[in-house]
Amino acid sequence: MEWIRESVDSIKSIQLRPTLSQAVNLGLILTSALIIWKGLICITGSESPVVVVLSESMEPGFQRGDILFLHMSKDPLRAGEIIVFNVDGHDIPIVHRVIKVHERQDTGEVYILTKGDNNDDDDRVLYAQGQRWLQRHHVMGRAVGFLPYVGWMTIIMTEKPIIKYIIIGALGLLVITSKD
Amino acid sequence: MHSFGYRANALLTFAVTILALMCAMASFSDNLNHPSPSSSVQVLNVNWFQKQPNGNDEVSLTLNISADLQSLFTWNTKQVFVFLAAEYETSKNSLNQISLWDGIIASKEHAKFWTHTSNKYRFIDQGSNLRGKEFNLTLHWHVMPKTGKMFADKLVMSGYRLPKEYR
Repeated sequence: MEWIRESVDSIKSIQLRPTLSQAVNLGLILTSALIIWKGLICITGSESPVVVVLSESMEPGFQRGDILFLHMSKDPLRAGEIIVFNVDGHDIPIVHRVIKVHERQDTGEVYILTKGDNNDDDDRVLYAQGQRWLQRHHVMGRAVGFLPYVGWMTIIMTEKPIIKYIIIGALGLLVITSKD
Repeated sequence: MHSFGYRANALLTFAVTILALMCAMASFSDNLNHPSPSSSVQVLNVNWFQKQPNGNDEVSLTLNISADLQSLFTWNTKQVFVFLAAEYETSKNSLNQISLWDGIIASKEHAKFWTHTSNKYRFIDQGSNLRGKEFNLTLHWHVMPKTGKMFADKLVMSGYRLPKEYR
């Protein structure tokens, strides 16, 4: 109760200058987070340098909720690499292993087939209608490292958006009412 | 300065930093491991070798794959994914890699193994170039850690050849 009265008091007593400087601080925090994210995109060469594993198709290696670090280099794609790709028309990235590679002599263009370790069939059923192979431009990155369990926050926030709103609301309230 | 909020925040930040440091050290310790794996593969039988209606060659093989991958395991290893790929060159493709068989090794005890199997995945060419074709069988492995960097390597076994005629 006391805490609520203090918060209401502190909102009532807001003056212009300290509030503006707090808003600038908040802006600085958000933009430095954005700079770090964009910097990671540049360094790793991948549009999405960190992804969360969403399905059980790579178990027992990768479980739901693990996060993967991606890197995209100019090295040719080879069998055995774990790649993250987007199928045309779908925006959820898929993390599977390359099982077949055919690289053309003349153009160097590569045709690959992928499969999840825990799936019985290869990924042809997931590709677009009539598509039998993936090519380099479908691939967003190779998985080079991973951290277990850390991605659960993202899964919870995506599947139960109400939690996302509660957290953002609470954080907003904290920023406004803190005296720093 | 001494409220519950400040203390909880400081504790949480410290805990997360230490955890991240431990994960990094665990991953780094994998670099100190120098593995010495070995493997051998025999093609026991060419079951059949046909040209499909769409013009692509397909062959079915029975293989005996034996390997000792125990030295790859460290305390930070969750599993080793191993697969055998046939690799060959044609006039159209500078490189073809076809995975014939794969398996997951969950612990060091299972890392010394042999298996007698036909190819798990279909050996199909892009085209009709497989008659008399010389190919390598490469055993690839992918060490997946409990946390951190993943390592992959391979062992190339060469000198295999497909029959000159369909059968």
